[in-house]
Order: sequence, then structure tokens, then C-alpha cells
Amino acid sequence: MAKITLDNLAHSYYPNPKGEDDFALKELNHDWTDGEAYALLGSSGCGKSTLLNIISGLLHPSQGRILFDGHDVTHATTANRNIAQVFQFPVVYDTMTVRDNLAFPLKNRGADPKYIAERVQQIGRMIGMEAELDNRARGLTADAKQKISLGRGMVREDVNALLFDEPLTVIDPHMKWELRTQLKSLHHEFGHTMIYVTHDQTEALTFADKVVVMYDGRVVQIGTPQELFERPEHTFVGYFIGSPGMNVIPAEVSGKMANVHGASLTLDRGYAALDGKVEIGVRPEFVSLTQGEGLPVNVRRVEDVGRHKIVRADLFGSEINIVASEDQVISPDMNRVTFDPKHVNVYVNDWIEEGEAA
Amino acid sequence: MEKTVNQKAWFLILPVLLLVAFSAVIPLMTVVNYSVQDTFGNNQFFWAGLEWFEDMLHSDRMWDALGRQLMFSAIILTIQIPLGIFVALNMPKSGFWSSFCLVVMSLPLLIPWNVVGTIWQIFGRVDIGLLGYTLDALGISYNYTQNSFAAWATIIVMDVWHWTSLVALLAFAGLKSIPDAYYQAAKIDQASRWAIFRYIELPKMMGVLMIAILLRFMDSFMIYTEPFVVTGGGPGNSTTLLSIDLVKMALGQFDLGPAAAFSIMYYLVILLISWVFYTVMTNLDKKGG
Repeated sequence: MAKITLDNLAHSYYPNPKGEDDFALKELNHDWTDGEAYALLGSSGCGKSTLLNIISGLLHPSQGRILFDGHDVTHATTANRNIAQVFQFPVVYDTMTVRDNLAFPLKNRGADPKYIAERVQQIGRMIGMEAELDNRARGLTADAKQKISLGRGMVREDVNALLFDEPLTVIDPHMKWELRTQLKSLHHEFGHTMIYVTHDQTEALTFADKVVVMYDGRVVQIGTPQELFERPEHTFVGYFIGSPGMNVIPAEVSGKMANVHGASLTLDRGYAALDGKVEIGVRPEFVSLTQGEGLPVNVRRVEDVGRHKIVRADLFGSEINIVASEDQVISPDMNRVTFDPKHVNVYVNDWIEEGEAA
Repeated sequence: MEKTVNQKAWFLILPVLLLVAFSAVIPLMTVVNYSVQDTFGNNQFFWAGLEWFEDMLHSDRMWDALGRQLMFSAIILTIQIPLGIFVALNMPKSGFWSSFCLVVMSLPLLIPWNVVGTIWQIFGRVDIGLLGYTLDALGISYNYTQNSFAAWATIIVMDVWHWTSLVALLAFAGLKSIPDAYYQAAKIDQASRWAIFRYIELPKMMGVLMIAILLRFMDSFMIYTEPFVVTGGGPGNSTTLLSIDLVKMALGQFDLGPAAAFSIMYYLVILLISWVFYTVMTNLDKKGG
């Protein structure tokens, strides 16, 4: 177990990167606190796996350093870093039994056979494969194989960190829940530093203490699920987290007033003159449909998703989503929306603008 | 899906049937025909029953040739398969040098058999051949026309030179199909180089290796041209392999009946060994090697 520090880290797959665009992972400084569970969230190709492979030593960064508890391990081999990693697609040693598969990392490190036997039994129980321990790994289903991969990742107790690269992609939804719960309980029990890469926000938000959101090779926000929800620091975080994502509306902002296509609304904070692309962002949960006041909208569709209703509407030609409570009656004359001023954020060139409390 | 029954579909396989009949079945049947008849010339044949088969089964000449043949195939397989795997493991995995290796290694495969024979026949000659002359100059007694060990060594080295690339190329294809994640996982699990080979590379190569072994077995078991060009079966009969012996019998002595019986048994032996090998390998494969 260790604190992992990324110092000035960046990576490009080109031997001679020219501009920032050539970097798959843009310059990054970050401390991964010892014993915390992180989720690395972002769409495909945003650099999540690159970052993970750099931490585990499968990839050497173009620049910067990686430190484990203050020791520079930038040039250390994967084996010396003592890291466990589980990959997106199952990797099992076909010719071995399930038991031998689970024991493999321990045997390679020369652990005591008695300890190996006990530990393997324990992990077998954890992944729900105790009865199949003596079967050959070949011919098992994809999710059974992935459970073995997960088990092999968890079998060593003394690892510095446990890395997961979208490990539940091939697992069916029911089992996903169960495995995720087990990973969490494992985390509570042993307190490993865990980094979990995913593009599934539910997975990220339910698994992690802290979610690291990446976009286009850059970390755009690190925060608790609640922070990501209430104060997305980048419009991408707004879009990406939440279902549906945050409404981002072009606006002019001056002082405490925002002007959307001629209609004005009051903000909670005051802003100095802003340059660039100015937008306001408000989550559908903080938009309400009203009869008389607010901005004019055309309601196009109402979707009942069970716990609440999602209203899809048209605001000056761009789409806006509204979350209404399940028992709210939506009548045809409701053609205005109001925003909760506390939850309206202002973005300049996609990044949040702090403003001043009034 | 609903299965449609339409007897006219038989017409679709008729061309193939005809082609196979002319290319394989009819020639094979002529051989069967010869194997059960005898002749005193003048194109007059009479029934001989299984006499030729019995003769052949009691012929020392055939058993000796079969023994030499099995030894030859066994030796070249034990050299070429591990060597091919070794070469494939050490080849560059991508980039210019990978393509370069592939092309260079394919070259021997593209040379016609009798040319391969001629190359080695000259290469090994003590008077003008580079190999023979060098060995002779070093004081090593080497003369493939007089010494049967030298003759064997020559045809084996020649076959290894000619065909190891095939095994290497197949093994390389097998290696290339292994996803990176396997090697990464092995690094994470701290597997040794040997463990990576034993538990990842070898199992993943098994399928193509099986094909390589089968191909190399069948080809080597039927080999004719190269050793014939180099040694002509000699010195004595020491490198007279099955097909060389067969040709001597059929065309040299014009013993059509025994030669036909011989060929049929030859064919059955290849079929039998290939079938046994294939069955054993697929069973192993199912059980997980």
C-alpha cells in the first residue's frame, strides 16, 4: 500500500511529439492518497488506460515521474512496483485449473504453499467459484474467466495498488453488482489503494470515494460524486455525469444577471466582464416547469422513467431537459422554465467561472 | 432455420465429383488394378489376388525403407519444430525487420525441390562445393557419396534449411495472435520467461503447431526429389527412402504389381499415422493440453 504521486507526468505515443495534440495524456500532477478508492471516468480514448498502464509500469511515460511513497519508480519494472492489475478482457491461463490460475501470482513470488492454498480457497469463495476450483480454465464462459482475472488481481495482499481497467465490461448486469460490491468490501477490509477505470458513470459513482474525470487526455475534475454533480468544473463533466446530463445554454453574463436570447434571469453570484464563449449550466434536476414566469419553452416529449419524469423541451432552438417529480402533472399550458439560481454555474470556454458571492 | 430438401442440389456438387474422380479416384483405381494383377508383357494381365501384398509384407527391402523413412521423419520433426518455435520467438514482432525476416525466411520455401537438391549436391561436394571443401580442408572426413553418415547429415541439414521456415512462419502467426493483455497480465503476475512460454505462448500456438507437425510429417514422409538429387539413395541403400525405393521398383525394374501394392500400403501408412496423430492432438486439445 502506498501513496502514488504523479509529478509532471505526460505521455505521447509519438516518438517526437510536436504539439499538445500529440499527447495522449497531457501534463498531470496528482497524488493518489494511500488507501482510497478512485474511479477514473471518461469516454473511450480519453487517456484513462494510458494513465493506468503508466502507473503499473507497462508503459513508460514520455515525461515526468511516478513516485510510490516518495520513491521514484519511473524506471522500475512492473514486478518491482508490486501492483495488481485487471484488464478489460479476461486473461486466464487456459491450460491451468482455476486453482492454479489464482495461485499463479503467489507461486511466482515464492509464497508458502500452505498460505497459497488457504488464500486461493478464500479468493475462490469471494468470486463465487469455490466449487469450480479444480476445473480447467479453458471452456469457461467469458464472465467466469473475468472472475478468475479479478481473483488473480486480488490474491496478493501486499500490493501497492490495485488497478482495474474496465473489468466488468464483459460481465452480465446482475453479476456486475455483486462483483462491484465485493470489490468495495475488499477495499474496506484491506484498505488497498484502488484505481478503477470505467466509462460507466454509475459504476464510477457507486464504487469510488473520489472520481477523476478525464477528457481529451486531461484530468478535468477530481471530486466526490456529490461535487461532480453539484459543481461540474468543466462542461464535459456536466454532460458526462448525470442522466440526462447538464443543460448548457449560451448566455451573456454581466454582474448578477444572465441574458439568454433576450430573456434575463438572476444569478446567485456576481461576475466581472467575461471574455470568450460564455455559457450557463444547470442540471435538469434544478430546472422547473412553470406556467407564468421564466424562459419560454416548447415541450416536445415527456418520458416517465419510473422514479421521475424527464421533460424534453426546446429553448430558443436548443434542447433542454427538465426533471420533474413522478407525481407532478404536466399540463399543456406549462411553457416556461425557471432555474434554481443556487445551482446555475457559469462557464467560460468550457471551464467554470467562480464569480463572487453577493 | 428450416431445412429445404431439394434433390437437384446434387447437380451442384457434380463438377467437384468429376474433378476429384479424374484427379484422384481414377488414377488411384489404376494403381489398385495393377496391385492385384500380374503380367508377362504384351499388355496381357492376369489375376494375382493379394499375392503382391503378401510379398511386400515379407520383403526386407520394404521394411528397411520404411525404417529409414520413419527415422528421417522423426529426426527432421525433432529438429524443425523446436527450431522453428525458437526462431519465431526471437523474431522482431513488428516493423521493417519483422517484414525483412519474413521475406528472407520465405525464400527457401520458394525454391523448387530439384533446385534445392542441386544446390546442396554442389554445396557438399568435396572438390568444388563450399561446404564439402571447407570441411575437407578442416580435416573432417566428409563425403556424402561414400559415407552414409555424411549422406544422412547432408539430407537432414538440407531439409532443415528448406522447411524450418515453414514451421517458424506458422509459429510466428500463432504468436502474433496473442493479445498484448496476456503479456501484460503475465508481467503483473511476475511470470518468468519460461512460464510465459509454457502457459501463454505454447497453448496459444498449439493449433498452428499441430498443422505444422502434420504438414511436415506428411511432406517428409513422401520426400523424393531432394535426397534423390543429392545422393540418389546411396551410398548403397543407406538413404533410399520409401518413395525413392518405390520409383526404383516401378520405373527402374518395371515391377508394376509389387510397386502398386507397395504404394497402396505406403498411402495407408501415411493416412493411419496422420489420423492417429490428429486424433491424439485434438483429444489433448479438448482436455486442455
